Amino acid sequence: MFLQQLVNGLMLGSVYALIALGYTMVYGVMKFINFAHGDVYMWGAFFGLLLARYTGPHFLVILPLVMLLTGLLGAAVEKVAYRPLRKAPRLVVTTSAIGMSIVLSNLALLLIGSETFPLPAMLPVRVFHIGNALINTTQILVLGTALLLMAILYWFINRSRYGKAIRAASEDRETAGLMGISMDQVSSVVFFVGSAMAGAAGLLVGIYYDAVYSTMGFTAGIKAFTAAIIGGIGSIPGAMIGGLLLGVVENFGASVMSNYTDGIAFAVMILVLLFKPGGLFNAYIYQKRV
Amino acid sequence: MRGAKLLQYLILGAILVVVPLVVHSGYVMQILIMLAIYGILVLGLEIILGQTGLFSLAQAAFYGMGAYTSALLALRLGWPIWLATIGAMATSALFGAAIGFPVLRLRGDYLAIATLGFGEIFQLITNNWNSLTRGPMGLPGIPRPHVFGIMFDRTMYYYMIVAIFFIALITAFHLCRSFLGRTFRSIRDDEDAAEFMGINITKYKILSFVIGGIFAGLAGSLFAHYITFISPDTFTYTDSEMLLAMVFLGGAGTVIGPVIGAVILTLLPEVFQFLVQWDMFVIGVIMVLVMIYRPQGIWTSDIRWPWSRKDPALAAQGK
Repeated sequence: MFLQQLVNGLMLGSVYALIALGYTMVYGVMKFINFAHGDVYMWGAFFGLLLARYTGPHFLVILPLVMLLTGLLGAAVEKVAYRPLRKAPRLVVTTSAIGMSIVLSNLALLLIGSETFPLPAMLPVRVFHIGNALINTTQILVLGTALLLMAILYWFINRSRYGKAIRAASEDRETAGLMGISMDQVSSVVFFVGSAMAGAAGLLVGIYYDAVYSTMGFTAGIKAFTAAIIGGIGSIPGAMIGGLLLGVVENFGASVMSNYTDGIAFAVMILVLLFKPGGLFNAYIYQKRV
Repeated sequence: MRGAKLLQYLILGAILVVVPLVVHSGYVMQILIMLAIYGILVLGLEIILGQTGLFSLAQAAFYGMGAYTSALLALRLGWPIWLATIGAMATSALFGAAIGFPVLRLRGDYLAIATLGFGEIFQLITNNWNSLTRGPMGLPGIPRPHVFGIMFDRTMYYYMIVAIFFIALITAFHLCRSFLGRTFRSIRDDEDAAEFMGINITKYKILSFVIGGIFAGLAGSLFAHYITFISPDTFTYTDSEMLLAMVFLGGAGTVIGPVIGAVILTLLPEVFQFLVQWDMFVIGVIMVLVMIYRPQGIWTSDIRWPWSRKDPALAAQGK
């Protein structure tokens, strides 16, 4: 039983981590909470659904396409709603983000509907036994893809040119600008990459629960944000570990009180904000600000 | 100038008194009553968000808490309605202080997300505590107020609620002009500077949440005893977002602005009936556009109408 909960928790947590990366990267560079991020994740699931219907259920084809589409969506959101507000007070940007979140979630509701849609099966389901725990091929697919994407992102942030620019911008925006880093470009890249990760997470969750619906972004968004602050917002390894941790905590908590599963994340969030607002990695961004 | 202002209010008051005598449409009355309820609700949010600058996404939860408290006190304990209303205001105020106390050390968007979490916890509890709230089935049969054995009909309720709304509006006006309002605004404009001036930040932030909670509790109680049925889905995150949009559209920091925002956003779906399901979408678009093009909202204190007299300072400069 313990092992089973751990496996389920890690799998769910890896998805939270993928979404949390978007929050943390945006917060790092632009210092505001992108409320529309959860809705980009939901759109990822919907893009996956549409692609699976029209191109057939080939996971390896759908995943990159979904990531591309959600990435473009995220970059477009940044351009429309956040870029004109680069110099505005943070609460103005936050409000704009809330407005954007309403727009994206209602657009899905209006264009696609309020039903819950099943996703076509992407791979044959086989069940494996590890000790007394069961793990099926879908779970392996979700966990494996999520970990792989995180590894790629980790490489991208730490080794690539753009990653260097992003790290510089999140340490000191003004100085980075003086060094010739274009904030417009960095913001676009951050939003593209973060949203692509969230889109992949949406697809994975859609496959795992075999359900896609227009309100799935809200709770997932809040949980992923919780994951980001557990790790310390602004910290990329923090978001990964925070996500896995939250998934495990939530799964064990859910086995005790199933009606309040979602409440666990909210309670954890408020507790972390109160007692350790810097998170596990004690993100320097938070310390600098307060 | 003062006489002209008084005249404006008298005219507005007279119109509101005459409306039910002229318009015999239940639909119009319904909208006006909901407008007054939303008006009280946004006044509360205006004090928290517009005056003190605390980004709260829990206003719908305070509203719901007022509605549930009032309904339960009247239904389960048989309290008279005016007493249940006071109970609702007290409960919302208490919870305002209760979440205020720990959460207010957070700033800006962190506060937004923590209050959002609080609102969701309220949702979870009302949806799952079946023995108290009947969960998603909601609470039916909430009594309407009555005097001398006569039940309030819609028109009587309308007069009562318009009167309460004006009391709330005048209270908010005076509050914002008082020492308290100035303190709130000083916290909003520069928290550190306010602290240096010897203002006890935590105390006044909690006070702001308490006052906002009182307004929300009042609105919730009025709503519950008007509609006579409440369920958790009237008090969701979406409703908090809508209230936020009302305050920002109308103009955070002014008292009348948010009320105008409430009027616009309540009438919007009624006037544009073809928008049916698009109303939330439109509100989202409005929020983004207002933030980009007019973050101070449509109503600001320095607004100059074509017919208003020239500002003496500008007149002196010959403009």
